[in-house]
Amino acid sequence: MALELLTGTFAYATMFVLLAVGLYMMIANENLVKKIIGVNLFQTAIFLFFVSVAYVEEGSSPVVPAEADPEGLVLASPLPHVIVLTAIVVGVALTAVGLALVVRIYAEYGTLREDTLREVRTDE
Amino acid sequence: MSDGFASIAGLLAPLLTDPGAILDLTFEVELLPALLVAVPILAAAVPIVLGLRFDRTGWSVALLTSLGLFAGTIAIAREVYATGGYTQVIHEVGGYPAPYGIELVADEFSTIIALLVTGSAVGVLAYTRVGGPRGSTFYAAYLLLTGGLLGLSFTGDAFNMFVFLEIVGLATYGLIARGDSAESAVAALKYLVLGTLGASLYLLGVGLLFMATGHLNMEFINSELYDGALVENETLVRASFAFVFVGFAIKVAQWPLHTWQPDAYQRAPDGITPLIAALVSTVSAYALGRILFTVYGVEFVTATPYVQEIILTVGIASVMAGSILAVTQTDVKRMLAYSSVSQFGLIVAAYGLATPLALVGAIVHLVGHGLMKAGLFLGAGVVAAGYGARRVREFAGLAEHRPVAAASIAVLAISLVGIPPSIGFIGKWYIAVGAIQAEAWTVAAVIFLSTMLTLLYVARLLETMYFTPASARSSGHAVTGESGHGDAVATDGGEEANESFGDRRSADSSRRRRVSVGMLAIVAVFAVLTVGLGFAGDVLYEAIEPFAEEVFDDG
Repeated sequence: MALELLTGTFAYATMFVLLAVGLYMMIANENLVKKIIGVNLFQTAIFLFFVSVAYVEEGSSPVVPAEADPEGLVLASPLPHVIVLTAIVVGVALTAVGLALVVRIYAEYGTLREDTLREVRTDE
Repeated sequence: MSDGFASIAGLLAPLLTDPGAILDLTFEVELLPALLVAVPILAAAVPIVLGLRFDRTGWSVALLTSLGLFAGTIAIAREVYATGGYTQVIHEVGGYPAPYGIELVADEFSTIIALLVTGSAVGVLAYTRVGGPRGSTFYAAYLLLTGGLLGLSFTGDAFNMFVFLEIVGLATYGLIARGDSAESAVAALKYLVLGTLGASLYLLGVGLLFMATGHLNMEFINSELYDGALVENETLVRASFAFVFVGFAIKVAQWPLHTWQPDAYQRAPDGITPLIAALVSTVSAYALGRILFTVYGVEFVTATPYVQEIILTVGIASVMAGSILAVTQTDVKRMLAYSSVSQFGLIVAAYGLATPLALVGAIVHLVGHGLMKAGLFLGAGVVAAGYGARRVREFAGLAEHRPVAAASIAVLAISLVGIPPSIGFIGKWYIAVGAIQAEAWTVAAVIFLSTMLTLLYVARLLETMYFTPASARSSGHAVTGESGHGDAVATDGGEEANESFGDRRSADSSRRRRVSVGMLAIVAVFAVLTVGLGFAGDVLYEAIEPFAEEVFDDG
């Protein structure tokens, strides 16, 4: 039963594992770059979720078929795919801005570690 | 972002096929929502391109665009508020109709927020003319932010809302990082991590909602929910609500998820904090209301176990925590930031009450709080620019040296407490009456308590400005004060006070700028506006009430 549940919903299970890993990196990792990677991983898990939502059993990829009126055509839902495409663009932009901020912080404080950063800031 | 391009393409299509239509365009109200979103995003590229060739073009481009946007919003407002009942102006982006296409919807709720956005944008822009920051990249980010905020106000599509949330977020992170000190980059990064987390959780919620209903259009999700999806996919819908609510709690800065906000507000450049404080969180709070009432509906909020209690608890906790934290602050901008936590808590609590009157109160308070905070942060900026004062005790003797600034700050601060006649009073009044009607005594008590606490930190500021002589505070100011009010370049303020902040002082003095009459006038305008709107309680009620009625009829 447990195995069945896992095989039937492995995409969702994977997503939640990735989500948790991303969140953990975001919170617990002291390295700022790794934090940003954690944010990115967190978002990627959500993209994966959207892709798996679109899955239809026996469905083919949502491309306009060659014949005019095919019978029994089952398609995966194209809408989540389109959405994810937009979200990926947003995610890339966010990662870029985040890394740019990290570069500035490194230039100002000379460290990438959050604990060192905290010390440097309280010293001032 | 691709939605931005889609809307632009949709906008240009009629122009290409029929160039004569350009003249008619101005009279088609349906096109205005799309124009209001697309124009600032497009115009954001103009300052950068022009900046390559000419200096100092950014401000004029931004001002022209903002004025145009303001005029456009007024045109929509005339359409929306003119007729009696619930009116919508709907634009189908790219001509694709509703369930699959993206809709931009202007109704009573979104239009009043759009008015606030464009109005405050013009006001803050007037301040930045002299007060800075400057540069074509600043104005590009500024226009992008305005476009994103307007998109967030008008969008009728749950996923599109995520895209605009992120556009707003990206522009905000960039603007905060423009601060002179390195601290602002740290604050911006903190905001980026938490803001992205919030938006991502919202996206996850939208995904679950999409699984449950098969729609992304807000109206369609709502009708699908009440056509059975709410019962069939109970768990999915509840889980989606959990994600959406936590996501927005971060974006709106509800306790205990508010930690990014004080840093972000304090470290952002003085010309930008008003914009962020007045608009970004306000529009996020608007988006939460929109999702709660247009997507989930009143019935979901009231009938699902614990949902109403959770919303109320989060709101009440934020009100108390925000007020108490604000009282303990010494930095003026930080104090005002914590005050925002408490005011937004009040709005979320009002959403949670789920009565028509409380909803109207929440909307009025959203607008009122936006105006007051914009004015207060502009005032703080003026004082910091001309007087070098950033902490409460450095405001000593302000009333003597800068009577206009002091008076405006005083009026705005008093209206923040909720003393009539001011718009701060009207919002609180409606929420309080709504709470009493709903017999939510805790909320009523908390409103009263938080008013007392607000009075506490506001009174401290007033007392320092009016009744503490400047001489009680040493040297720096006297120099500034003697060298005149408006036009003198303040050389050095608060030497002693800033001693422990060696690097900040140098950053401060390099940043110290002239206080122009215009900068002061803008603060005064905001002060007059909050008091003036205080007399317009009836008008505001009449304007928003149709929306509340529609929401509660549906439920």
